[in-house]
Amino acid sequence: MASLSQVLLGPVAALGRATRDALASVGRVARFAGQGIAAALTPPWYPRQILSQFLSVGFYSLPVVGLTAWFTGAALALNIYSGGDRFNASTVMPQIVALGITRELGPVLAALMLAGRVASAMASEIGAMRATEQVDAMVTLSTDPRRYLIAPRLIAATISLPLLTLITDIIGIAGGMQVSHYLIDLAPGIYVTNTVDFITAWDVESGLIKAAVFGFIIGLMGCFHGDNAKGGARGVGRATTSAMVSAAVLILASDYLLTSVFARP
Amino acid sequence: MSVMNKLEWRGVSKQFGAQKVLDGLDLAVAPGRSLALLGRSGQGKSVTIKLALGLMQADAGEVLLDGVDVTHLPARERRASFASIGMLFQGGALFDSLPVWENVAFRLINADGVGRREARERAVEALALVKLAPDVADRYPSELSGGMQKRAGLARAIVGSPSLLFFDEPTTGLDPITAGAINELIRDRVTSLGCTAVSITHDMVSARVIADEVAMLDGGRIVWRGSAGDLDHADHPLVRAFIRGEPLEE
Repeated sequence: MASLSQVLLGPVAALGRATRDALASVGRVARFAGQGIAAALTPPWYPRQILSQFLSVGFYSLPVVGLTAWFTGAALALNIYSGGDRFNASTVMPQIVALGITRELGPVLAALMLAGRVASAMASEIGAMRATEQVDAMVTLSTDPRRYLIAPRLIAATISLPLLTLITDIIGIAGGMQVSHYLIDLAPGIYVTNTVDFITAWDVESGLIKAAVFGFIIGLMGCFHGDNAKGGARGVGRATTSAMVSAAVLILASDYLLTSVFARP
Repeated sequence: MSVMNKLEWRGVSKQFGAQKVLDGLDLAVAPGRSLALLGRSGQGKSVTIKLALGLMQADAGEVLLDGVDVTHLPARERRASFASIGMLFQGGALFDSLPVWENVAFRLINADGVGRREARERAVEALALVKLAPDVADRYPSELSGGMQKRAGLARAIVGSPSLLFFDEPTTGLDPITAGAINELIRDRVTSLGCTAVSITHDMVSARVIADEVAMLDGGRIVWRGSAGDLDHADHPLVRAFIRGEPLEE
């Protein structure tokens, strides 16, 4: 029978264990990130691998990111028309759409789409390679898996997402423009002029900086969970889910932090 | 004057949680000899090889390659030492995103800096040595049978003319005829290259063909060692049970 002290201290011990495990996980991710960055910044590089990842992460994500951007811009314009009409917001529809897309919705939605498409794919591919000893084989072939597998994915994700975000910004604003033309009969030329006159370089740049950070998070979570997959097919499945969920949560958390830093009066 | 061993495990121990897999393992392989490591499942045969390859870290002891302790070598130097080592993994471990020739030439292209054209030529030559036709070079691993994948894995292991080869269960999952062909290929390649070989196997036919010597691993240590010809006369109960495929009398 458990003693009184055991009963009382049990929850405290459980909390301590959970805290220790959480800190250990943070430490493992930080170490993995450090090794990945070092591998990405120092030779040898594998250009074919990097190019292949750019295609996979960036180019093949264009359709899904483009569609998301158009619908988001259009929906935002609709919301401004229907909800913002109460305080005459529809007159500044181009400006609100531009600000919302470039600063917030463009980078975040593009990143969330990539977290679903890319982080999970990275985790499952690397996890399957671990499970079938392909990563071990790479080591015995005198090739560092961090440089061959991890670094190209981190590089591609970190550079691709800002480029995708730039495209998202343009398509999102176009979506808003199309809706405003249909709803309030605003001429596309005037819409574009209003947008260009209003947004500043910093509106776009802050979104692109966010996107680079989000891209790194996506690559990191995909690679980390794949590299740590254990237990065969079930472990690979778990790694895939963990990569996607953790990337999405970290994207939203870092979005708040970055927005706090970037916020200017 | 004694000849330096090609590979030696000296007092190596490895534990996973409460389970002690290797318990002060002492094992040496002389240059040019082929050793088969036998043992029941879960006795640490794969761990023994992975420790030598640096894919795991030993808790205690050292692994000497050409007399040099490789246990604590920095990763970069350890990878350099792999230049003289070839490994055939149990499942082949071919990279399924690459065609067969790029699998075979992987080390040449990515570690040795050989141009792709020359690397491909050498890969096709290596494939021929393991009796795979040139048209196999452009196929992907998923398009090959299990036996062909093993051959491609063997070609990848030998393409750099290594001085030390490891084979992890080279005939597992293959029919007897294909397994026999793989055994002959391994024996032929080991003899032609004049290299040292360490094989893990449960297959007694395979052990007799590919090995000069056989060692039985049990309880984390070598409990019997002899020439392949001595197997039938071994008086160790575990070796006898292994040869006859009978339950061990405790």
